[in-house]
Amino acid sequence: MSRELTPQPGSRRRSARRALREKLVLRVMSRLIVPLILLFALYVQFHGDYGPGGGFQAGVILAAGVILYGLVLGVERARAVISEKVAEILIAVGVLLYGSVGIASMVLGKNYLDYDALGEHGQHEGIIIVELGVGIAVASAMIRIYLAFADLYRTEADE
Amino acid sequence: MSALVLLLLLLLAGTAVAIAKLEDLFAAAMLTAVYGLLAAGLYTLMDAVDVAFTEAAVGVGVTTVLFLGTLSLTEQRERQRKGVVAPLLVVLLTGGALIYGTSDMPVYGDPEAPIHRHVAPEYIEGADKLHIPNVVTVVLASYRGYDTLGETVVVFTAAVGIVMLLGGRRRIGRGEKSP
Repeated sequence: MSRELTPQPGSRRRSARRALREKLVLRVMSRLIVPLILLFALYVQFHGDYGPGGGFQAGVILAAGVILYGLVLGVERARAVISEKVAEILIAVGVLLYGSVGIASMVLGKNYLDYDALGEHGQHEGIIIVELGVGIAVASAMIRIYLAFADLYRTEADE
Repeated sequence: MSALVLLLLLLLAGTAVAIAKLEDLFAAAMLTAVYGLLAAGLYTLMDAVDVAFTEAAVGVGVTTVLFLGTLSLTEQRERQRKGVVAPLLVVLLTGGALIYGTSDMPVYGDPEAPIHRHVAPEYIEGADKLHIPNVVTVVLASYRGYDTLGETVVVFTAAVGIVMLLGGRRRIGRGEKSP
């Protein structure tokens, strides 16, 4: 196990990574693009009833935005936005949010995840809430996985 | 449009062969991203925009980043391979079986296909009744709410597994012993 994790000297890759942070065009462009990506993720999330997309798509787009930010401007900047601990908690929050809609519909006297129990527009509201749960879980899972990989990487670069 | 689909499919096949042939893993990882981009274009042409979103974000973006992160810990070149006959045979057999299987499938977009006659009309009617224009969302979140809950749990489980494998918040190699 420890053998695989022993970092091989990859100086070319390391300098490539350092160069990525120093590229002015990349830095400026990603600063411009990242807010648009995040905005688009929110659009895909909350417009999922009307247009293509939904929680899963919104989650991966949001995560891709944060990862691009971390790649170009440094992992520490991404970690300042969402730390490992917060990401881990949010993964569980997303799943629990989804599951709790089912509990709520049971408490209100219908079957598990039967959104009709939630009221007149229950189907609408139920779908929005569970999609939000999916989005939160997927985005934070992706970001958490990225941070785990980035950590491995940085350990090598620091040595 | 079908000419464009054909072109994309040819490019996909070419990229796949190139990935298999390349020994430089860095280049192979980048070509995998190209493969994802082509696939996303293909999904867009086939009106599966939501799948294209996912492919573009995961297949092109996140996966490539993770590949590169992994590559930084391993070697950049593929080790010497041990012969090509057996793998080629497996690939040809599997591919042949899959292509043989498609001969039973309905033509793409065929309105008479069983999938469009069985439950799809009810889904469309249901979505119409709820005034939710995106039928896919209604199917995924409402009709198949259990499935989607299961999928979300799968994502959760995958994240937990990776965090445990990679050592959580600990920095590997910093002399901190794992509990």
